[in-house]
Amino acid sequence: MAKVAIKVRDLRTSYSSHVVHEHLDMDVYEGEIVGVIGPSGSGKSVLLRAIVGLKKPDCGTVEVYGENVTGLEGDELREVQTLWGIMFQDGALFSNLTVRENVMAPMREHTDLSKPFMRQLADQKIRMAGLETSAGDKFPSDLSGGMRKRAALARALALDPPILFLDEPTAGLDPITAGAFDKLVRDLQQSLSLTVFLVTHDLDTLAATCDRIVALGDKRVVAAGTMDELRAMDQPWLQEYFGGPRGRAAAAGVK
Amino acid sequence: MPTAPRYHLNVTDHRAKLVIEGDWTVHTLSAVQPELSHLEAADVQALEVDLTGVGRFDTAAAFLIDRFACVQGIDAIEVEGGSDGMRQLLTQAASLRPKPQEETPHEEPHGLVDLLERTGRTTSSLVNEVVDTLAFFGETLMSMFMALVRPTRMRWTALVAVMEDSGLDAVPIVAFLSFFVGMVIAFIGASTLSEFGATIFTVELVGIAVLREFGVVLTAVILAGRTNSAFTAQIGAMRMRQEVDAMTTLGLDPMDVLVVPRAFAMLIMTPVLTLVAMLFGIGGGAFVSWVALDINPTVFLNRIQEFVPIENFWVGMSKAPVFGMIVALVGCRQGLLVGGSVQSLGRSTTKSVVQALFSVIVIDALFAVFYMELGW
Ligand SMILES: Nc1ncnc2c1ncn2[C@@H]1O[C@H](COP(=O)(O)OP(=O)(O)O)[C@@H](O)[C@H]1O
Ligand SMILES: [Mg+2]
Repeated sequence: MAKVAIKVRDLRTSYSSHVVHEHLDMDVYEGEIVGVIGPSGSGKSVLLRAIVGLKKPDCGTVEVYGENVTGLEGDELREVQTLWGIMFQDGALFSNLTVRENVMAPMREHTDLSKPFMRQLADQKIRMAGLETSAGDKFPSDLSGGMRKRAALARALALDPPILFLDEPTAGLDPITAGAFDKLVRDLQQSLSLTVFLVTHDLDTLAATCDRIVALGDKRVVAAGTMDELRAMDQPWLQEYFGGPRGRAAAAGVK
Repeated sequence: MPTAPRYHLNVTDHRAKLVIEGDWTVHTLSAVQPELSHLEAADVQALEVDLTGVGRFDTAAAFLIDRFACVQGIDAIEVEGGSDGMRQLLTQAASLRPKPQEETPHEEPHGLVDLLERTGRTTSSLVNEVVDTLAFFGETLMSMFMALVRPTRMRWTALVAVMEDSGLDAVPIVAFLSFFVGMVIAFIGASTLSEFGATIFTVELVGIAVLREFGVVLTAVILAGRTNSAFTAQIGAMRMRQEVDAMTTLGLDPMDVLVVPRAFAMLIMTPVLTLVAMLFGIGGGAFVSWVALDINPTVFLNRIQEFVPIENFWVGMSKAPVFGMIVALVGCRQGLLVGGSVQSLGRSTTKSVVQALFSVIVIDALFAVFYMELGW
């Protein structure tokens, strides 16, 4: 069995009186792409935020590569943050910086490369994410939704982090662009042996990229396993999810 | 702890062999990047890269090595050793090489020409700005008129909410500041007029200054800083999240929903606030006169009634609705001009406050000339 990259134990998070997670346990193994699914509002984004330290859990622990990262602050937090790149649900690009400057931002913070090389490397990352080099000079508000997602991916990849968090990366993209995105993630994952935590609702993405799927519901993980295992489970929401016309089409597409 | 990256370049017979060792990642590359970027291997036709001794290797490293090859004019790199992943990264880097024409992004600025161009642009945008503001003023007047003709179209809830938010809630600060300005005027009057033994004229000074100018201008300035920027920020945030577009597609006119209630609210509340400012300004003056000049408040008020013509009050009051409209118009217009970015919101808010203050002062000056000609 592969080593555990992210280990979540007995996690509880809440917003005032609204409990989002309770007794949530989850493992992500090194070098796998794990897809996180669940109904809208089931706390997928909040789980991601809790793992990367943006949402303080009420109790429970999160370990990354065996090191407890819950409640870290200051330099320690900065240190572990080089372990992961995050692509937020709506991009979260810095709107006052150009796309290139956005990609350069983490490099500036965490490396001492020379400016010109940083620029060139940022351009390479922008191309890697499937954008034209000329997009680097644009501001996020001048980009379409799909282009913004790619720019956000380029920023998440800026430091080649071993772990990548993607929050609904293909939502709102056309099927061809989404397909290219899936392939990109898969290729990068293989060549860099990344661990990818992928929140998605896109059944095609799930089928094409994910090694394992974790389903959230009822404030905790209700099921985890490969797509086929989940499909075979006797759980109403999963049945409906995979058994609907879209689910069947995605399965057929992969076979 | 990562080991430092090292490399070794051998050129024999137009063939270069680059042996690299250590950890080559974005965090360690700075040690070798400057050298490797400027390295000139004369006249090589093929490049072989030996990855046998490499620890970690990421896209940044692949990019650096591919770039080295690219600068030497070599298309395909022969790779020796290394894992499949590393080879894949090099292949990927090669496939993503920038096209030659994309490589020259920086244009030299031309000092004087640029300056002239900027001046021209600023001038023409200034003219446009004035014309557009007037156009917006007309449009708003039209919508306000329509709302008066058909009161059912009026958003009464919004109107009352804005009246409370930007009118009632501003009373304490307007009252407080006016009181202090009244005090300052009385102090200045007291110290200057005492040289002539005419301290009693402090009463007229305070009365005329507060009623005619300070009450209304102070109110307008406070509203420009407080309410005007709030209008811009509220409407601008809605623009940023495309709420205004959604409103339009739902058949709601942003003029009716957003601008008209704010314009009416300011039209009603500015005179009220001005009255408050006048009362407290005179109160401040009376307080100082009492404490510093021993003029009894009753005497003070009687003298104001007798010797300060009531015209001063009406002159001040007549300006209040105008200033209120300016604040509402400039605030709403700048808000509606916000684009998609946070930056443009900030820019609009700044612009909005500056424009409102500017207009208030300039129009106040015009009023002064106007009333002087009338002889009031
Ligand atoms: N900042 C917040 N304040 C209050 N409640 C929140 C906040 N963020 C998320 N929630 C709540 O947490 C729950 C999970 O949200 P989220 O993780 O965004 O769902 P999703 O699974 O669709 O990504 C939702 O019920 C939402 O209302
Ligand atoms: Mg979400």
